[in-house]
Amino acid sequence: MKILVPVKRVLDYNVKVRVKADGTGVDLSNLKMAMNPFDEIAVEEAVRLKEAGVATEVVAVSCGVAACQETLRAAMAIGADRGILVETDVELQPLAVAKLLKALCDKEAPQVVICGKQAIDDDANQTGQMLAALMGWPQATFASKVTLAGESTTVTREIDGGLETIELKLPAVVTTDLRLNEPRYATLPNIMKAKKKPLDTVKPDELGVDVAPRLATLKVAEPPKRSAGVRVADVAQLVDKLKNEAKVI
Amino acid sequence: MAILVIAEHDNQSIKAATLNTVTAAAAIGGDIHVLVAGQGCEGACNAAAKLAGVAKVLCAAAPHYEAQLAENVAALVVANAPGYSHILAPATSYGKNVMPRVAALLDVAQISDIVAVEAADTFVRPIYAGNAMATVKSADAVKAITVRTTAFEAAAEGGSAAVENLAAGADLGLSKLVGRELTKSERPELGAAKIIVSGGRGLGSGENYHALLEPLADKLGAALGASRAAVDAGFVPNDYQVGQTGKIVAPQVYLAVGISGAIQHLAGMKDSKVIVAINKDPEAPIFQVADYGLVADLFAAVPELTAALS
Amino acid sequence: MRESMEFDVLIVGGGPAGLAAAIRLKQLAQDKGTDVSVCLIEKGAEIGAHILSGAVMDPRALSELIPDWQEQGAPIKTAVTEDRVIFLSETGGRQIPNALLPDSFHNDGNYIVRLGNVAKWLGEQAEALGVEVYPGFAGAEVLFDEAGAVKGVATGDMGLTREGEPGPNYQPGMELHAKYTLFAEGCRGHLGKQLEAKYKLREGVDPQTYGIGIKELWEVPAERHVPGLVVHTAGWPMDSATYGGGFVYHLEDNLVSIGFVVGLNYTNPHLSPFEEMQRYKTHPEIRKYIEGGKRLAYGARAIAAGGLQSQPKLVFPGGALIGDDAGFLNAARIKGSHAAIKSGMLAAEAAFDALGAERSRDELAAFPEAFRTSWLHAELHKTRNFKPYMKKGLWMGSLLFGIDQNLFGGKVPWTLHNSADHTALKPAAECEKIAYPKPDGVLTFDRLSSVFLSNTNHEEEQPCHLQLKDAGVPISVNLAQHDAPEQRYCPAGVYEIVQEEAGPRLQINAQNCVHCKTCDIKDPTQNINWVVPQGGEGPIYQGM
Repeated sequence: MKILVPVKRVLDYNVKVRVKADGTGVDLSNLKMAMNPFDEIAVEEAVRLKEAGVATEVVAVSCGVAACQETLRAAMAIGADRGILVETDVELQPLAVAKLLKALCDKEAPQVVICGKQAIDDDANQTGQMLAALMGWPQATFASKVTLAGESTTVTREIDGGLETIELKLPAVVTTDLRLNEPRYATLPNIMKAKKKPLDTVKPDELGVDVAPRLATLKVAEPPKRSAGVRVADVAQLVDKLKNEAKVI
Repeated sequence: MAILVIAEHDNQSIKAATLNTVTAAAAIGGDIHVLVAGQGCEGACNAAAKLAGVAKVLCAAAPHYEAQLAENVAALVVANAPGYSHILAPATSYGKNVMPRVAALLDVAQISDIVAVEAADTFVRPIYAGNAMATVKSADAVKAITVRTTAFEAAAEGGSAAVENLAAGADLGLSKLVGRELTKSERPELGAAKIIVSGGRGLGSGENYHALLEPLADKLGAALGASRAAVDAGFVPNDYQVGQTGKIVAPQVYLAVGISGAIQHLAGMKDSKVIVAINKDPEAPIFQVADYGLVADLFAAVPELTAALS
Repeated sequence: MRESMEFDVLIVGGGPAGLAAAIRLKQLAQDKGTDVSVCLIEKGAEIGAHILSGAVMDPRALSELIPDWQEQGAPIKTAVTEDRVIFLSETGGRQIPNALLPDSFHNDGNYIVRLGNVAKWLGEQAEALGVEVYPGFAGAEVLFDEAGAVKGVATGDMGLTREGEPGPNYQPGMELHAKYTLFAEGCRGHLGKQLEAKYKLREGVDPQTYGIGIKELWEVPAERHVPGLVVHTAGWPMDSATYGGGFVYHLEDNLVSIGFVVGLNYTNPHLSPFEEMQRYKTHPEIRKYIEGGKRLAYGARAIAAGGLQSQPKLVFPGGALIGDDAGFLNAARIKGSHAAIKSGMLAAEAAFDALGAERSRDELAAFPEAFRTSWLHAELHKTRNFKPYMKKGLWMGSLLFGIDQNLFGGKVPWTLHNSADHTALKPAAECEKIAYPKPDGVLTFDRLSSVFLSNTNHEEEQPCHLQLKDAGVPISVNLAQHDAPEQRYCPAGVYEIVQEEAGPRLQINAQNCVHCKTCDIKDPTQNINWVVPQGGEGPIYQGM
């Protein structure tokens, strides 16, 4: 069984975001980039399935600029067998990525695609579901447990207020939530090995996909600063405010 | 122009998130239709029909909609999409699951998690975990949108829309529900709680933390959280921690007790709707973000607050 | 059992010194048509993540290493256009006429850089030459062979619990063996410290003396920005007995680098370098450059300032200390990156020749010899008395250094000596408390919102990387005698005295640490031992 894992290169989780002074976007120049944390969980899950003998091959895919190769190498250092870079300088939005992934799924015929549930940059939370729709496959989003058996997979999902377990026919798309696993630390020998694993590069037009963005970003601004509210004199006034002004209790 | 709102419901009733989504639809402007896909969902349909501003409720009842799994619901929405300029769902685990599927099948972009409507095609949405706000304009004929529920008021009752039955689509047979296990613990989970009572080092000890905050949290049906200082001091375990290195939360009410409000902590709770701070230090940074601040000795104020809520 | 790998040369630390050594080795191998395997490890999450410097860079060494650095796209763009040295009083300032300044204060031909970006670029050059560059791996332990020579280092274990037991994600460290290991950890490297002790490298030299530099990067309104302007200040807010000074460097793109350095031989335990930096920005001569601007980044780092007479022996069997690990910084010139690069090149040349002669794990005596005849030695020799003069106070020190440099050109027949910084603190009771102003949230800030901008991060579930030799000393000595100075000298709020029912307790917030090493230097009884946390942790400076 082949598993495909899309991985996205994003601003490192620890690096503070800064909105550009001219409001055209977020400043990313020369900043530290890293693999989207949810995608790291996806790679880890796929590699564990391979180590458990359920999967036979784990293919990592990244869509974007040439530097996404580093992200693919990081995925291979965790244990992915090879990488595919869909290289473009165009700003990619989730629908375009889903179409690129569909083209690769048509070629690679994986049984399972494991995606991060969302990227920590655009916070869209769309790509996995869109890919499933385009493929006509079932989906299990926000997975906290994945069991593969024969023709189907059983996935426990994190839903508001609890957990839901569903059974999907394969092939299927699974998207990861935080609690699915804790990714391993890549070791030096594995980072060294990853440098020698195969990495293919294709272009969107070779896959016949139009990746033109559908949404135009007009402006990016800092979030409104929270300002101090009022000081209450005592507990009674606090309760009154919460009940009658804020109406939250 | 007509807007379709995909209702989140449990067949008997409408989930609160739907009410906020209806308000977002009203902000866009146009006839609002609410789709209820379920099984034995008359209760939910009738509740939707009573919402102010709703022109029509579309009821699609079939056994394969009972669990409201994404594959069948998305197909139903797409089949009924013609004629709608906007399709909205709440940005809950339900809406986030279904809507991208709808968007992809319609070959349109989705605008996720909107917090404001600037124009019928232009919306504001948070990116980078809310550290930046993007204003985006959609060029697509149909706008597929999920709505951040805390950014819009709940729609009030007062409507009397007609409920129209919709033909169910075929069961795609791709997925099935095995079971749901809703958290039954009396204490809601930190990430999902509507109210959070959070304690800091000002409580002085783990015993004080539990003795003072648990009764208050019980009264409010609140989850318990803590600052990193309280976790570091060993009052409570790691998974209580709210903040940059802990959980990022955005409840309706965040009650910070004895928390000074280091920026790392603020980064984890600044999106809460209402922030209440109780601290004896009037200079504590937490007061700079608190909607209601009480400068008081927490050892007196917290029991008094707990008692006042009885 | 840990896995191991063999290299010709292992380099610990990816700053200017380590990267220059790596590049030089590969260049020499290319020139000679031979192959040298070079591995470089760096504890930061990427190359440059732990680099923090002013910085005005003298390109001399870089031009020797990579003569066409300009064509190669080095991020070295802003030539110094003007030098200003200002003596500050509390409310005003007097600029020293440039004609009176010692040569060491002239920056014609130098560049204002973001040294982290320069390091990142050097890292790319090194990788392109075939150096195996591994950021995210900390050198945790020196390895010795049976003969007592250094045979490499072990990287740190990952995934240990707080108690030091293997956790669920445990990955043991790896042994990296080499014929020669170059230590380029920067100032007060924790392995360098062990090597100095083991091989008695400090015998016969003065103790090293240090400063702590605190730096912020600001984006300022265009009308306040003077690209290429270099401002150095002395005087306020330091009293005249305390060594310290500030800088304002105008970079490109409306960016201004602003910082303050306090000599760690300060005596008043109430002094807080962090708060000195904060109030420094409120001085009219300084605020005029940053008012209306936005602070983008914050960080801190100790620097070695002792000069030649504090430099340890550079070599030992199996390796060498290079860059600021060996104290190559030129405090009088307020710059060290050129010295770091040059020292790395010299060590690389010595190592390359030794490898060519099939030697291994012996002393690279050719490195200190080459240093002694280099321009770098001449430069450091000329300014060697700067820091000791400054111990005599700002005015007397400046006067004496001025005479030394301007009248004698540094060729005075005497060399002054340094003493260890941790011995300098007086009892708190004998010293005046310093009333620092409250942060205004506009120009001045508190520690934690500052640390936030260093992007620092440490996994909480791991052994504390700030080790106390004696857990009682923070209360029985530091608090009792010096009012717990670590609360103030730590620029990251790592150390806090917490009052509990059982009495005061030292709380160590190791997650905040920005790896500046000040605690390891200044703790009065040397009770704090700084060791590396998990690789890839600590600050993630972006072009600092």
